[in-house]
Amino acid sequence: MNLTVNGVAATIESGPLTSLLDVLREELGVTSPKAGCEQGGCGACTVLVDGEPRRSCLTPVASVDGAAITTVEGLGSPENMSPVQQAFTHHYAAQCGFCTSGMMMAAQAYIDRGGSDDHEAIQEALGGHVCRCTGYVKIIDAVAAAARGESFDLTVTAPGAAMTTLGGVA
Amino acid sequence: MASEVLVPSSPAEAVALFGDGAGTTVIGGGTVVVPDMTYGRLHPDRVLLLSQAGLDGVTVDGDTITIGATTRVNALLELEGKVAALAACARNVADYEVRGQATVGGNICGYGDLQGCLLALDATARSAGVDGERTEPLEAFLANRSGRLLLDVSFELPAASAFAVLEYPHTHEFTVLAVTGVRTAGGDTLLAATGVAGPGARLRSAEALASDPDAAAAAAASDVTFADDALASAWYRGQTLPVLVRRVLNQLEESS
Repeated sequence: MNLTVNGVAATIESGPLTSLLDVLREELGVTSPKAGCEQGGCGACTVLVDGEPRRSCLTPVASVDGAAITTVEGLGSPENMSPVQQAFTHHYAAQCGFCTSGMMMAAQAYIDRGGSDDHEAIQEALGGHVCRCTGYVKIIDAVAAAARGESFDLTVTAPGAAMTTLGGVA
Repeated sequence: MASEVLVPSSPAEAVALFGDGAGTTVIGGGTVVVPDMTYGRLHPDRVLLLSQAGLDGVTVDGDTITIGATTRVNALLELEGKVAALAACARNVADYEVRGQATVGGNICGYGDLQGCLLALDATARSAGVDGERTEPLEAFLANRSGRLLLDVSFELPAASAFAVLEYPHTHEFTVLAVTGVRTAGGDTLLAATGVAGPGARLRSAEALASDPDAAAAAAASDVTFADDALASAWYRGQTLPVLVRRVLNQLEESS
């Protein structure tokens, strides 16, 4: 079996019924999809399969043989964040961060299919994603901002930037 | 882990590999079976993976709609303009991503959220098994589907349809109780429920009184046995069913 993960071709050695989540994390070392409930109920493992958001924990790898998989690692890098990553950072939309990668992939898919900044539509799109820190307001604000096409100067607003400044003072 | 995984690339190959279904676990979208394997509740010896079998797709031929067994549940939302109740019923299943993965056939043969709606649409089921292919009312298929591989379901476009559901504040619970009402092109009213004990069920006593919503609502309970589980007690379902019946009949009246 073969997959293209974040643009890189990979031959898969795992068994055909191995979940896509386990293939990504255990065989390929792509760890942004999280093993949360592993029964499709939390959304932490969501990745894009040929552009469509899918629960990787529910997906036997044989059923997506030949597909293009995108994870958070494929959206952007710390030095060159995607608009969704920028919006999540600017709006402090991550607390513990466990749900964040799944949320961002769902947000990316929502925006890719023309989703607007309407909060009700965003809630519908992300309705299968659970944030146990309950940080939903900021997550929805971030998705709305990304849907509007906003971009941010993260050197001013990013948590990392603030900590650097404090470190300099200390 | 399964010792044998079969991935047919055509409907005919799927039917041949399924055979009589003995000892075979069928995977459509994987949303039901994969967690069972992950948590060790299921150790299948032989798996038929239908992802490449070509059993998906919605076709409209005149007034007849046919839905392939591996059609994703989300695809039913596109029928909103033709069969409003089926789109509403599909939207009530899980969330956008799971609906994009779960298949119509898997739902019909699994948790069954779509059963009641398709029964109200008087759908027929085409399936294959050891004695060949057969097409029969969905009601008959649900009553005796052991050893059958569902291929598709078909129904006639209704004149109007309505769906009412007991809302549950979690995206991933199964349908607690739902009622679908259909006004056929011939003017008949069909009613069916999901969330009662066993598979979905037609509400024939209520149908006979459909012109009087209050009387139909009162009669509906005699058509079913209520499930009694962690989602809702039988008593609560019994109190709610008449409300949903009245609601869909009123919706049908408004849309006629």
